[in-house]
Amino acid sequence: MSALAPASARTRTTFVRRNAIWWLALLIVLLLPQLARSGTSIAVLNQMCIMVIFSLSYNMLLGQGGMLSFGHAVYFGLGGYFTIHLMKMASGGGFFMPLPLVPLAGGVAGLLFGLLFGSFSTNRAGTVFAMISLGIGELIAASSLIFVKFSGGEEGITADRTNLTAFFGATFRHELQVYYLIAGWMMLCAWLMYRFSRTPVGRMANAVRDNAERAEFVGYSQKHVRLLSFMGAGFFAGIAGGLFAVNYEIVTEETVNLVSSGVVLLQAYIGGVGFFAGPIVGAVVYTLLQTLLSNYTEIWAFYVGLIFVATVMYAPAGLTGIIMMHLPIYRAGKLRSLALPYLRVGLPALCCAIGVIGLLELLHFLSVRAVGQSIKRLFWVRLDVDQPLAWLVFAALALGGFVAARRMAPQLVSAWDAASRHAFAGRER
Amino acid sequence: MTAAIELVDLRKRFGATEVIRGVSLQFSQGERHAVIGPNGAGKSTLYNLITAKYRPSAGSIRLRGRDITGRKPYEINRMGLARSFQMTNIFPRLSAFENVRCGALWAMNYRYSFWRDVDKLDDVNERSLRILGDIGLLSRSEVPAGVLSYAEQRALEIGITIAGGADVVLLDEPTAGMNRSETEQTVELVRRMTQGRTLIMVEHDMSVVFGLADRISVLVYGEIIASGPPDAIRGNAAVREAYLGEEVD
Repeated sequence: MSALAPASARTRTTFVRRNAIWWLALLIVLLLPQLARSGTSIAVLNQMCIMVIFSLSYNMLLGQGGMLSFGHAVYFGLGGYFTIHLMKMASGGGFFMPLPLVPLAGGVAGLLFGLLFGSFSTNRAGTVFAMISLGIGELIAASSLIFVKFSGGEEGITADRTNLTAFFGATFRHELQVYYLIAGWMMLCAWLMYRFSRTPVGRMANAVRDNAERAEFVGYSQKHVRLLSFMGAGFFAGIAGGLFAVNYEIVTEETVNLVSSGVVLLQAYIGGVGFFAGPIVGAVVYTLLQTLLSNYTEIWAFYVGLIFVATVMYAPAGLTGIIMMHLPIYRAGKLRSLALPYLRVGLPALCCAIGVIGLLELLHFLSVRAVGQSIKRLFWVRLDVDQPLAWLVFAALALGGFVAARRMAPQLVSAWDAASRHAFAGRER
Repeated sequence: MTAAIELVDLRKRFGATEVIRGVSLQFSQGERHAVIGPNGAGKSTLYNLITAKYRPSAGSIRLRGRDITGRKPYEINRMGLARSFQMTNIFPRLSAFENVRCGALWAMNYRYSFWRDVDKLDDVNERSLRILGDIGLLSRSEVPAGVLSYAEQRALEIGITIAGGADVVLLDEPTAGMNRSETEQTVELVRRMTQGRTLIMVEHDMSVVFGLADRISVLVYGEIIASGPPDAIRGNAAVREAYLGEEVD
C-alpha cells in the first residue's frame, strides 16, 4: 500500500500546523486585552468577537453551502431575545443560571428557528433561497415591532448581567471578565465550526454547493445537507446573539433587522467567503472601520460601502484571498519583484482615494454645515468650501490618480504573471 | 434469479412527442449490457429514466425486484445504483481526492455525520486513494477537479461513480469526445472497475461496445428492435439497416 504514504504524511503535517494556528489564536485572544487596556478598546474587542462568530456562522451558508442569505440576522436577533429573557428571569438568583451558560439559550433558539425556516427554504439554493431568506428577514423584523411583549418594541428588552448566579466568584461587573467570557465562546464556536467543515456533512455541504445534482447521485439529499448547515449556522448565530445580549444588556429590533443581515454579508464578503478565516478577517476589519473610522468621519458607512463594491469588483476572493494569492510568490522569494510595480500603481491609487475622500467630505460638509460656516478641517488643513480651489485640487487628484493607476495597471499585471509563473514552476519541480 | 434491473413497458413523452415508446428490457446480474442506437433514438432519455433524473410517463423500473419508479436519485443510489454523466459532472472546486471521497461517504455509512473528522475516516480515505490510483489520478489528487484535463475529468467521473461500491453501475457514453488511445484506456478502465458488477452503458462508439459488452440492445425511435450477444447483433439484418448500415457506409 505504498499509495497511502503521501496521504498519511499529508494529514500529519496539516494536523500539526492546524493546531499550531489554534494555539497561536488562543494566545493572541488571551493577551489582547493586556495590550489594549482602556475600557473603550475592550468594548471594541467584545464587539469584534461577537461579530467573528456571527460572520463565521454566515459563511457556513454562503461560503461553504452556497446559500446566499439576506436574513441571517433573524437567528442572531432571536438568539439575543431569548438570551435576554433568560437573563431577566434568572436575575436576582431566581434559579441556578451562571452567565457564561446563557448564550446557549440563544444557540438553541437559533437552531430551532433554523429548523423551522430551513425546512421550507433549503430545497433549492440560488435565487429562490435568497428571496425566501429576505422574506423571512422582513417578516421577523416586522414581528419584532408588532409583538411588543416579547421584543420590547423600539426600546427593546434590557436585563442586568451581574445579578445571575456567580460563576466561580465572577459576577461580570468587570469589563475584562465579560471579555474573557465572550472570547472563550468565540474560540469554542470558531473551533466547532471549523470541525464541522471537516466532517462528512461539512464536506458534502461543499459538494452540494459545487454540484447539487451530482451530490444526489452519490446518495445525499441536497435539501438535508443544506438544512443541516442551515441549522448549524442558526445555532452559532444564536450564540453570537446571546453574547450580544450579555455584552450590551439590551436587545432591540436593530439586531434582527435587514441592516444587520446586510452587515454580516458585507463582513463575510470583504473578508473572503472562500476561506475559513475569511469572515474572521472581515469581522475584525469591519469592526475596526466602524469604531475607528467613525471617530474621524460621519460618513464612515459610505466608505465601507465603497470598500464592499471595490471588493466585489476587483477582489472577489476578499482580503484573505489577496493574502493567499501572495503566499506562493512569497514562498518562492519573488515578493520583492512586485514591490516597485505595486508602488507605481499604489501611489496614484492613493492620490485617487484622497481626492475622492476629499470631494465626499466637502460634499457632506455642504449639506450639514451651519449657516455662514465655510471652513472645513480635513487632512490637517483648513479648507474653504466656498472657494473653488479645494474642489479643483481634490477633483484633479481623483481624476489624475485614477488615470495614472489605470495606466500603470498593465505593468503590475505582467509583473504579477511573471512572479506567479516563477512560483508555480518552482512548486512543480 | 431476479434481474438486476428490469424495465416494464417504459414510456416517456415530452409534450406531444413520445420519446420512449414502450421499452421492456432485463439487465441480468453481473452482465455488461450496452444500449446503442442512432442519434435521437432516445438513449439518453432511457438512461435518465433508469437513473431517476426523469420520471417515466408510464411503465415501471425494478431494481433487484423492487419497484423504484418515481424514487429520488439519492434514494436509488442508496439502494446500490450509481451513474455517471455524459457531460462531465463533478465537484469543480473540490480536489480530485475529495471528489472520489464524496462518492464513498454515504455508501460507507458515514451519512449525515457531523461529529466525525473526515481526515480520520481511514477506510474511506484508503478506498478513495485506491480508486484514484485505479483511475490514474494519484499524482493529481490535490488538484481542484475543475482544472483537470478533459480526459482526467472523465476518468474522475467514473471514479466518483464507482467509489460507493454500487453493484449496478450505469455509464453514459464514457468515451464521448475522446481520441483513440484515450478511448482504449477508458474501455480498459471500465472493464477493470466493473468486474463482478452489473454494468449498463449507453454508447455511440461501436468499437467500445463490441469490445466490452456481453449483451447489446439496440434502441431505434424509442423502441428496442433487437437484444442479444454482440455477434448476433452484428448479424441482425434489421439492426444493420437501422443503424450499423449508416455507420459502415
